[in-house]
Amino acid sequence: MPVKVLIASPLRSYTGADEVEASGADLAALLADLDARYPGIRFRMIDEQDCVRRHIRFFINGEPVKDLRHVVRPDDEVCIVQALSGG
Amino acid sequence: MARAKSRAKSGSKPKNKARPPKRHENLLLVATRKGAWLFRGDAERKQWRADGPHFLGQIINHMVLDPRDGRTLLATASTGHLGPTLFRSTDLGKSWQESPKPPAFKKKEGGRTVKQTFWLTPAHGNEPGVWYAGTSPQGLFRSEDGGVTWNEFSGLNDDPQYRAWMGTEQDGTPDGPKLHSIIVDPRDPKHLYFAMSGGGVHETLDGGKQWKPLIEGMEVVAGFDPKTVTFHDPHCVRLCPSNPDRLYQQNHCGIYRLDRPGKVWKRVGKSMPAKIGDVGFPMVVHPRDDEAAWVLPMDGQTVWPRTSINGQPAVYGTSNAGKSWTRLDGGLPTNQAWWTVKRQAFAADGGNPVGLYFGTTSGELWASRSEGKSWNCMARHLPEIYAVETAQI
Repeated sequence: MPVKVLIASPLRSYTGADEVEASGADLAALLADLDARYPGIRFRMIDEQDCVRRHIRFFINGEPVKDLRHVVRPDDEVCIVQALSGG
Repeated sequence: MARAKSRAKSGSKPKNKARPPKRHENLLLVATRKGAWLFRGDAERKQWRADGPHFLGQIINHMVLDPRDGRTLLATASTGHLGPTLFRSTDLGKSWQESPKPPAFKKKEGGRTVKQTFWLTPAHGNEPGVWYAGTSPQGLFRSEDGGVTWNEFSGLNDDPQYRAWMGTEQDGTPDGPKLHSIIVDPRDPKHLYFAMSGGGVHETLDGGKQWKPLIEGMEVVAGFDPKTVTFHDPHCVRLCPSNPDRLYQQNHCGIYRLDRPGKVWKRVGKSMPAKIGDVGFPMVVHPRDDEAAWVLPMDGQTVWPRTSINGQPAVYGTSNAGKSWTRLDGGLPTNQAWWTVKRQAFAADGGNPVGLYFGTTSGELWASRSEGKSWNCMARHLPEIYAVETAQI
């Protein structure tokens, strides 16, 4: 069951939209599905050691989520943001 | 097509008119902290047109044209927030495609993460589509499909000895330790060099099966042991196209020349004026004369301001392989210009006389059509310039 995913502006060159859908039992699976739909997007957020990049944050229903094994439920809303860091 | 059809229809031969010589276009590939620009110049290198920004806002460390096909561009990219990637164009920047597999280390316990792909080098002319890339932290990668997909190359990235020489991120330069100056011997695709800041200069004769340090004669910061590879900080190494047995190097600790098969670097920067010294980032060599090279010294005193010396930037050139150096600052600012030039941001073209081009940390692009005797500013107000490459199409 796809859930709503809000996309941070630096990643919209991949999705072409600020809101898309993706499926997955947990956040890791959802990001894999997102990458299948929008190739390359996952590696900009998750490094080769499967760690969330330093300035990327995920929120599910407004709550910060750091563990990629976090379960995603059908009515959840996933939000991908870039951390409020300068440069 | 239309012209050919019309000629066939009329059946007449074209008039015997001397065809004008083929006009080539000069290209400057300018990579900056906030995007990339292509400057397109006429054959005389007098008129330049800016094409850009490409990738506005993205950190572009290097952009290189494939000299083997004259149309494939690769550009390394990252942003302050997003991970690194690599873009490819086969129409000189009209359109770009992202690499589906950019340089990345293998996943493993305690594995490393590529922060930036820092350096690009097309492989030998007999290996079309093959490229090498150097990363921060130090890693060596290779593509065999024109830069579309990348793999770790030669086992170097996991070699325990090399990992020790690479050190940790704390051992590297403040914006990350780097593998750079990947050089391919034009006579032998298996003969390669690379350099690491920090971690020395290295060479393979067998296509990467075995690497050996090439650091003899190179100095290190006072008080450290020059036999320890980790302490060496080559900033930029160049091979002379007219004599592949000659290399020049700008190092954290001086300017050097190496004549192969010799293995001992000679510090030719000792002949620089004492007030200027021989610290800097870039090194540029003449395309046809192995006695000629250029550097752009910077202030490496006390806390390493990394600015021009006394706010008076100058190129220094040698025409005798480093025995003496001449100050070349005609047209450059005479005071209060506190910029400098990074290791990839100074390049020569193949013209006669050679054109020289450098981009500054303050976003100015300077050019000389007189091998450095006089300079003019081609562009101002660009973002901080990280790399300048030349090409002819």
